[in-house]
Amino acid sequence: MTDTSSNYQLICGMEVHAELKTASKMFCACQNDPFHAPEPNCHTCPVCLGMPGGLPVANKKAIEWTIKLGLALNCEINLFSKFDRKHYFYPDLAKGYQISQYDIPFCFNGYIETSQGKVRIRRIHLEEDTGKLLHTTVNGEKVSLVDFNRCGVPLIEIVTEPDIHSPAQAREYGKKLRSILRYLDIADCDMEQGGMRLEANISLAKPDAKELPAYKVEVKNINSFRFLEQAVNFEMQRQALVLMDGQTPAQETRGWNSHDNVTFPQRTKEDAEDYRYFPDPDLPPMRFTSAWVAELKNQLPALPETVVAKWQKTYAVEPRFAELLIESPAQTAWAESVWTAAVDAKLDVSKLAAAIVNKKLKVELGVTAPAEVVATFAATTSVEIIDEAELTSLVSEVIAEFPAEVTSYRSGKVTLLNFFVGQVMRKLGKKIDVQLIRSALERQL
Amino acid sequence: MLHTLTLAQALEKLKRKEISLGDIWADVQSSIDQQNTKLNAYLTLNTAAENERQAAAQLPLAGVPIAVKDNFATKGLRTTASSTVLDTFVPEFESTVTARLKAAGGVIVGKTNLDAWAHGSSTETSQYGRTLNPRNTDYLPGGSSGGSAAAVAANMCIAAIGSETAGSIRQPSAWCGTVGLKPTYGRVSRFGAVAMASSTDSPGPIAKTVEDAAIVLNHLAGHDDRDGTTSAQPVPDFTQTLGKEIKGLKVGVLYLDLPGLEASRPHFEAAMKVLSDLGAEVESVTAMDPRLAISVYTIVQRGEVSSNLARYDGIRYANDRSFFGDEAKRRIMLGTYTLSKGYADQYYNLAQKVRTLFMQDFEQLFAKYDVLVSLSSPGFAKKIGASEDSAMFGELEDMLLEPSSITGLPGINVPCYRDAKTNLFLGMNIMAPMWQEAKMIQVADAFERATTWNTWRSA
Repeated sequence: MTDTSSNYQLICGMEVHAELKTASKMFCACQNDPFHAPEPNCHTCPVCLGMPGGLPVANKKAIEWTIKLGLALNCEINLFSKFDRKHYFYPDLAKGYQISQYDIPFCFNGYIETSQGKVRIRRIHLEEDTGKLLHTTVNGEKVSLVDFNRCGVPLIEIVTEPDIHSPAQAREYGKKLRSILRYLDIADCDMEQGGMRLEANISLAKPDAKELPAYKVEVKNINSFRFLEQAVNFEMQRQALVLMDGQTPAQETRGWNSHDNVTFPQRTKEDAEDYRYFPDPDLPPMRFTSAWVAELKNQLPALPETVVAKWQKTYAVEPRFAELLIESPAQTAWAESVWTAAVDAKLDVSKLAAAIVNKKLKVELGVTAPAEVVATFAATTSVEIIDEAELTSLVSEVIAEFPAEVTSYRSGKVTLLNFFVGQVMRKLGKKIDVQLIRSALERQL
Repeated sequence: MLHTLTLAQALEKLKRKEISLGDIWADVQSSIDQQNTKLNAYLTLNTAAENERQAAAQLPLAGVPIAVKDNFATKGLRTTASSTVLDTFVPEFESTVTARLKAAGGVIVGKTNLDAWAHGSSTETSQYGRTLNPRNTDYLPGGSSGGSAAAVAANMCIAAIGSETAGSIRQPSAWCGTVGLKPTYGRVSRFGAVAMASSTDSPGPIAKTVEDAAIVLNHLAGHDDRDGTTSAQPVPDFTQTLGKEIKGLKVGVLYLDLPGLEASRPHFEAAMKVLSDLGAEVESVTAMDPRLAISVYTIVQRGEVSSNLARYDGIRYANDRSFFGDEAKRRIMLGTYTLSKGYADQYYNLAQKVRTLFMQDFEQLFAKYDVLVSLSSPGFAKKIGASEDSAMFGELEDMLLEPSSITGLPGINVPCYRDAKTNLFLGMNIMAPMWQEAKMIQVADAFERATTWNTWRSA
């Protein structure tokens, strides 16, 4: 396919779902561990199975975490909020409705910075995940089985404004969001398992258009950032062809086929969905104080953005390298101890960071001991310029100070050369190419 | 004759070892054997009761037989909500109400009939047949807790548990001549109670006397971690206001001038005179028209019902949706409509606003009065079959109770007149401010002691 999309501007917003990793489910005491459950339906109870009389009780931790995410994404927080029921029938939805948030989400009006500009966050709300259907054959009969282990797992939805203008930006947004979620230590974001799910609302507009396009195409259930970028790209090409033909692309939901790298239609949205939202009478509305929200803000760890800025300022580490070294708070902590060790050894942290990212060093991120990283780097690194005469005089001093060692060396104990190198380096007080010192020593010895 | 004992009498006699628990059970059992086939108050009897009562003998309720409305989940005991959707449903968990009842030493004698899903005020929507009024079997017991009220009136238990969404405890109590206490919304846990209208469902006792109701409420009330709408309000001993005089208490009388109350009015006015004679300051007051509460309640309740019944899809347990009866289907359709996009503002959200107005109205009234009283039901029990042609039967019968239901206020029914010819009763509804059940218990108890309408107290 030739690139036909260049006549149009991408208008893209994203909806990302992520499961929170609280110990228990959102509205009951069941264990929240759907991916490691030993068998289907073992983490269930009358509440998450929708038994008669089962009542939800909100998980406070999940609410706190959602608000923390909002604060990390520069959102405003609704001090009054509530849960609503969203009705639809599906076999994996035990109660016939999902407890979600309709008009008063916990967080609104935030943003994430990307290299191509701000992506505004419209809202973040908290809801419960559904169960899972398994289509299989039992005793030769085709059946659909339901596993409710995932039903009731706390799920956050982060919705952006249509501020994304390139497939790469979509990917960058997604990755930044994931790194923040991991930083806050509130979600594992296991994309393969569905712990984090991406949806993109994609349309194209003329570059000079003042209004949003009259249609949008929703691509659902994308489970990797690479697929996201590919899917947005594919949709841009596909929609451009339709538009150039004088048509308007159909308002519809599409899926991503990662085998053929195409999107495919799933359902048209001709009929507006009606979820019959109303406030869940089982869950009293919530009021928060601004002092409590401020306290949550205080508890926020240094976020990726802040770390990148700090490293740039303190160590002149380039942001593009920094971003690859801060996948998790643990990795960040590791990198910081490496930088400290490097500073002590008078090494250039910015070069060290580049060397690590470019795999110039045999280092396992987050694992290799910082001292070892620094030693390895020191051994490979060059060099500060040194005056030939200064070096010669330092070498002479060392030779004069250690007559016994000199004798041993001259009588054939050549391994002592490293000892002399060390002594010269100590006197130097800075790092220069070891080979230079060796040559100077060999000349004089 | 031990089945005719009140709860307080039974506990006293057991304590003094004047009677044995086994004898109470034997008399209650024979009362059931003689009457239940005709009255149809019980849907399921608890075959494990004999074992359970031995273990309960040392506890406060001493193992006495208690009837429980069949919309409370009882572990190992079939729970149907009187709908064949749940025909074979045996819960693996216990509702908080029955768990607390059992922990206090109450033993479930059986599960009582109700309007299917508690939708109705007659028991005639039960998919297991109607219950008859033990006071006169040509008449209905009221509902939805009609089975529990009938079981008490017919001495087929010592006391009973019901639940009220809008009148479902007080109206059948009025029709059967029993005491019915609807606590403040959030006073008693709804966990394990089959949800009808979640924002008004309130479990509570149906009993022979005000004292019995207070004793049972003591064991049901209190915060429950499994119901987020229960309150952390401290729970007083509800028996403490029993026997206290009501001299100087201010009593506001509501809804006397409504059409349809003409026949009952003289009897009710006589009851008001009893309160004045006891020293209460009784005067008639104007409140928001209860007919508006019918609209509010109907919209809110149908909306919540349509949502609450969505879980009965027949996938995880029980029968599928084709088993719903006509009344449930009517309510699901109406509720689905009022919650639909474009209609929610016109109906559900508007109803919630009017609900707030009712709350404000009561707040103003309670600034002046200790309790408010009205008739519980416009008139005597209706004849069997009366509900069958009227889709709004319940709402009309419960009109006087719906304002306090939609506002979450507590209320208690006490018998206040008996028609000698039909043996049918009228009931007085006494309402108190939120969390002040003790106050209405005080007034109800004083009235009960001063009159002979209570058939157990006067016996």
